[in-house]
Amino acid sequence: MGLKRTFHLLGSPPTVYRLAGLLGPWVGIGAVILIAAGTYGGLVLAPPDYLQGDGFRIIYVHVPSAYIGLMAYVLMAVAAAVGFIWHMKIAHAVAVSAAPVGASFTFLALVTGAVWGKPMWGTYWQWADARLVSELVLLFLYLGVMLLRASFDDRDKGDRVSAVLAVVGVVNVPIIHYSVEWWSTLHQGPTIAQLDTPSITMDMLVPLLTMIAGFTLCFAWLILKRVQAEILDRESRARWVEQLVTGASA
Amino acid sequence: MSVFTSMLERDLRLAMRRWSEFATPLIFFVIISSLFPFALSPEVAALRAAGTGVLWIAALLSSLLALDGLFRTDMDDGSMEQLILSPASLGLLVFAKICAHWLVSGLPLILIAPVLALSFYLPPESLPTLMFALLLATPTLSALAAIGAALTVGLRSGGTLIGLLVLPLTAPVLIFGTRATDMAVHGESALGPLYLLGALAAFSLSLAPLASAAAIRVSVE
Repeated sequence: MGLKRTFHLLGSPPTVYRLAGLLGPWVGIGAVILIAAGTYGGLVLAPPDYLQGDGFRIIYVHVPSAYIGLMAYVLMAVAAAVGFIWHMKIAHAVAVSAAPVGASFTFLALVTGAVWGKPMWGTYWQWADARLVSELVLLFLYLGVMLLRASFDDRDKGDRVSAVLAVVGVVNVPIIHYSVEWWSTLHQGPTIAQLDTPSITMDMLVPLLTMIAGFTLCFAWLILKRVQAEILDRESRARWVEQLVTGASA
Repeated sequence: MSVFTSMLERDLRLAMRRWSEFATPLIFFVIISSLFPFALSPEVAALRAAGTGVLWIAALLSSLLALDGLFRTDMDDGSMEQLILSPASLGLLVFAKICAHWLVSGLPLILIAPVLALSFYLPPESLPTLMFALLLATPTLSALAAIGAALTVGLRSGGTLIGLLVLPLTAPVLIFGTRATDMAVHGESALGPLYLLGALAAFSLSLAPLASAAAIRVSVE
């Protein structure tokens, strides 16, 4: 009973719109505080790495963005599947909102990876690094979903067809990741430094976890905002949106 | 099962009547492979080093880009609606269409590949492995291509978009396919990557028809 009711409430655009409006500021404040604390911890408190010096500090942006990039794809696929199966408009709105944000974080992870790679490997791009290559494929998958959706004039069809692609993609992400990993271990030259040193000290780890939490909240904040905008756009003919808009302007 | 065979028979008969369906992917494959020496160099060592990769990329592109018409003709003449309305599962019918597409575009590719491989100076001992790897890999490519074709069948032109949607998904096939061929070229047993190719084929052939059917249903509505 309770669960079913929640599900129905989450299917109602005005409720979700208001809920997102209520949650948004708190999530945003949390994101700002955590990212500020993590930045201070990562740039000032954490000691320089004995091997990489201060260069390692880019992990405080790189790792959280890579994590968000992957998580956002899973979130998008789950939301798209829910929207596809139960014809739930809000779920499609979430999927639409997650795609560009996730793609941006994936892009950020690639760029920071390249910036990090220059002092560590001597090149901006290293094909032998499986994680970077997987992130690149992930970016392609995001672009595919976004382009496919944009090619349809009919929004409902675009939602549902791109939902199928998102689910196909999420099934393939682990296969691609592990095959790329297998491929890179075969070709890995002896010159490449092993960057994934297993032991990370507490004063480096705590700021990293703080940053990951901060990025997650930041992502949630962006999604809430985008979902609100998406709902207004999709429901622009509904009475409640009209009241909301005219009431706000009057 | 008779639905499957009659669908397969119908698609094959249609393909026979338009011989260009056979020829296009095949000629495309040959042309791409022949252009690579111009881009690389005519030296034996260079071509032998690049040969495996060239053949696989060419096979990948020709089996993916030549399939815009997989569902489009049925969509345009209305037979797709009949297929959806029929009591047989749409997934099974799509599976039959994938098989037909593979017989028409994948199989000839496997047969011509050894000739091209020899022109890239790959050792003759590696040819059976190359053909076997292609035999396991091309069904996966056809299955992925079917997903791409189904996703874009509602659009006016899907050509380049299909490539964009499907090519990232083909990375594992490319990895295991080239690896198997490379191992054979170096005289090693390529069983490991061949098993993985087989697993990919089983996986994609069982799930792709369902995903394609779902996408077609949405596009026809």
